[in-house]
Amino acid sequence: MSVAKEYLKEERSQEWRNELRKSLKSKERLEFKRIKMNEVAPLERIRSYIEVNSGLTEIEAMAEARRCIDCPDPTCITGCPVEINIPKFIKKIEVGDFLDAAKVLKETSTLPAVCGRVCPQEKQCEDRCFYQQKLGREAVAIGYLERFAADYERESGHISVPDVEERKGIKVASIGSGPAGLAFAGDMAKMGYDVTVFEALHEIGGVLKYGIPEFRLPNEIVDIEVDGLRKMGVKFETDFIVGKTATIDDLRADGFKAFFVGSGAGLPRFMNIPGENYIGILSSNEYLTRVNLMHAAQHEYDTPLLEGKVVAVIGGGNTAMDSVRTAKRLGADRAMIIYRRSIEEMPARVEEIKHAKEEGIEFLNLNTPVEYFADEKGRVNRMKVQKMRLGEPDASGRRRPIPIEGSEYFIDVDTVVVSVGVSPNPLIPAALPELEVTRWGTIVVNEDTMQTSIPDLFAGGDIVRGGATVILAMGDGRQAAAGMNKYIQETVMNKV
Amino acid sequence: MNKIVEKEYFSDNVVKIVVEAPRIAKSRKAGHFVIIRVEEKGERIPLTIATSDEDRGTITLVVQTVGVTSSKLAALEVGDVILDVVGPLGQATHIENEGTILACGGGVGVAPLLPIVEAFKKAGNRVITVLAARSKDLIILEDQMKQYSDEVVIMTDDGSYGKKGLVTEGMEMVINREKVDLSVVIGPAIMMKFAALTTKKYDIPTMASLNTIMVDGTGMCGACRVTVGGKTRFVCIDGPEFDAHQVDFDEMLLRLNGYKEQEKKAYEEYLATVKK
Repeated sequence: MSVAKEYLKEERSQEWRNELRKSLKSKERLEFKRIKMNEVAPLERIRSYIEVNSGLTEIEAMAEARRCIDCPDPTCITGCPVEINIPKFIKKIEVGDFLDAAKVLKETSTLPAVCGRVCPQEKQCEDRCFYQQKLGREAVAIGYLERFAADYERESGHISVPDVEERKGIKVASIGSGPAGLAFAGDMAKMGYDVTVFEALHEIGGVLKYGIPEFRLPNEIVDIEVDGLRKMGVKFETDFIVGKTATIDDLRADGFKAFFVGSGAGLPRFMNIPGENYIGILSSNEYLTRVNLMHAAQHEYDTPLLEGKVVAVIGGGNTAMDSVRTAKRLGADRAMIIYRRSIEEMPARVEEIKHAKEEGIEFLNLNTPVEYFADEKGRVNRMKVQKMRLGEPDASGRRRPIPIEGSEYFIDVDTVVVSVGVSPNPLIPAALPELEVTRWGTIVVNEDTMQTSIPDLFAGGDIVRGGATVILAMGDGRQAAAGMNKYIQETVMNKV
Repeated sequence: MNKIVEKEYFSDNVVKIVVEAPRIAKSRKAGHFVIIRVEEKGERIPLTIATSDEDRGTITLVVQTVGVTSSKLAALEVGDVILDVVGPLGQATHIENEGTILACGGGVGVAPLLPIVEAFKKAGNRVITVLAARSKDLIILEDQMKQYSDEVVIMTDDGSYGKKGLVTEGMEMVINREKVDLSVVIGPAIMMKFAALTTKKYDIPTMASLNTIMVDGTGMCGACRVTVGGKTRFVCIDGPEFDAHQVDFDEMLLRLNGYKEQEKKAYEEYLATVKK
C-alpha cells in the first residue's frame, strides 16, 4: 500500500501550507532544537502507576512543529505502517489548529493517542525524517506531536468522529479486539460495513489492556478510542471465543460475509529449563494480565498476586521492560532484567530502557538462567545463571550469544517473570483444520491483501507475524480491510 | 445473558447453579469448561460444565464454596446475573466405545464427571461409576449418575453412606471383579493422584480432568501449566484431560497452593464482611 503521491502533493500545495512554508526559511527551521518530553521524576513515578511521559504543552508542540520543513517528498510517511499524513498534521499544529491536526491523524489511524505513546517512532517515521536521514540530526518529534494532538482533542471534549460511508448492510467480523482488530474495524466502518468485533476476554483492547501497563498507556485512553469506534457504528461482543462459543460456520449462517483474524500471539513461551514450573515463576503475560486487566495489585479486587521483593525478569523486549518496571512499582527491592545478549541488542525501545534505568532497574546483560530452585513449599528462591559472550552475527543480524563454560553462579530471587516471547494463539487454527499455517503456527496470508487460504478469512497482527508491535498490527488491520473490501466488491456484491 | 434461572443446594457448601448461556449450551461437549467472573472486581475462575440444556439455553455448574469467588458465586440468587461467562473452553473428552469404563468422581469432581459418564454410556460402553466423598451429605448427583451408569458404587470416608473407605478401595473392588478398559478420574488433585497410582498398578489406561489455577483460559497466561510426560502442557488449551499416568500430580499440588496465603487472607476478610 502506498499513499497516492498526487494526493499528498495536492494537500501540500494548498494555500495555507504554501503560506506557512514561506513564513519561515528552512534554514531557520533547522536551527531549532528538538523538544524534550516532560516526564514524572523517577522516584515519584515508581511509587505509583502514574504515566511516565506527561506530554507537551501547546507552546512546546507549536515550537517543535516549526522544525518540520514540510518536505516535497515526505519520506517520514513511508515509515508509518498506517500512513498518517505526517507533514499535514504537524503543520496544523504549527498554526495552532490542534483539533484539525487530530482529524488528520484519524483519517488513517484508529488509535492515535495509543500510537503516540507506544509506537517505536525512532525506528519508523522518525527514522525516515529528513533531519535523521540527510543531516544526521535528531528527527522531528513526530511521536510526541501525534500524542499531543490526540490528547488535546480528547481533553478538549470536542472529539471528532470520522465520516462513515452510507451503510452497505454487509456484516463482517473481527476476531480479536487488539490493535489489529480495532484498526480493521475502524477502516471497515468508514467504508460502510456493519462490523462486529468479537473478544475472548471481558474487556476490549487486547494487548493494549492486558499487556501494556498503565504507566505507559492508561486504560482510559484505550477506552476513549474504542468509544470512537462505537460512535462509528462498530459493535463489540466480549466473552466470545470464535471457534468455541460459535464456529465460523455458525457466524457465516448468521450472515457474516467475511472475517478478520487478529487473535494475537497469545501463547507464552518458556525456556524449558529445570524448575521452571515452581511457584513464583510466571509468564509476563500472566504477570501483566493479573496487574493490568485484573487489577490484582489493588486490594479491593479479588485476583491474587505474588508481590515479589526480588524479581528477575528474563528477556529484553518491551514486554520484559513493562514487567520489570511493574515489579518495581509493586514494591520490589530489587528488580532486574536478565538478558542473554548485550544491551545494544535488546529489542526494547530505547526510551523504555532509559526509563527503566532511571527507575533503578538492574540490567544483567549477557546472562541467562539455566536452572531454578525452590523452598519446601515449591516457591522459587534461587536461580542458577550462566554468563554469555557475543559471537558471530546470527540470522537476525545480531551477534549470537555463546555460553561461557564454568561461569555459572547463583542469584537469590522470590519471583521470576519469563518474557522470552510468545507463540501464535492456536485457538483459531485449531478450529479451522483447512487453514494454511506455517510450521510456527502463524497464519499464512497473501501479503498484499492479507487473505488466508480460506477466501472469506483475512488475518493480521501477531497471529501472522508471530510477535511484533502495535503499529505493525494496525497496519495489517488496515491492509486487510482494503483487501476484504475488494474481495467483497468482487464476490458478494457482484452476486447481489 | 448469564442469568441464574435455578439454584439448588446439594449440601451446606455445594450448590448447583443453572445459568442462561444459550451459545455455550449449544456448542459445549463433555469435558468442556467455562471461565466465570462474578462481578467487576472479581477474579476469573474455571468451572467445568456439568450438564446443559440446549432447548432452555442453559448450562449447569456445580460449585463448592472454598474461597472468595466460589462464595460470591454461591451467594447469587435466581434472577441474578453472573457478570462474565465465557466458553466452552478446553478439549472435549474423546468418547469411543472402549468396552468397560470405570468412572471415578470425588467431591464436586462428580459434576464434571456426569457429562462424561453420560457420553460414554450413550456410545455403548458398560459404565461403572464410583462416587466418593468424606460423608453422606457430600455425595452429589447420585440419581443422575445412576441414570447413565450400569452400576454406581458409593464410598464415604466415614462410612455414613455406601461403603466405608477411599475411592481407590472402591476402584480396586471393581478392577478385581471384572476387566476395565478405561478409567476416568475427576476430583481433588490428591484423589486423582492416588486413583492414577491404583489404575497404573493394573495397567488400565486412565484419564484425569485437571482443575488448575487459570486466568484467561485461552492459552494466554500459562498459569495452568502442568508437567505431563516430562513436558510442560497448558491445561486450558491442551487439556483439561490428560493421561493420568503421565501427570506430575505432586507438582500440580504445589502449584495449586501457589496463592494459598493470599486466598486464605482474602477469604477471612470476606467472611468478616459477610457476617456483619
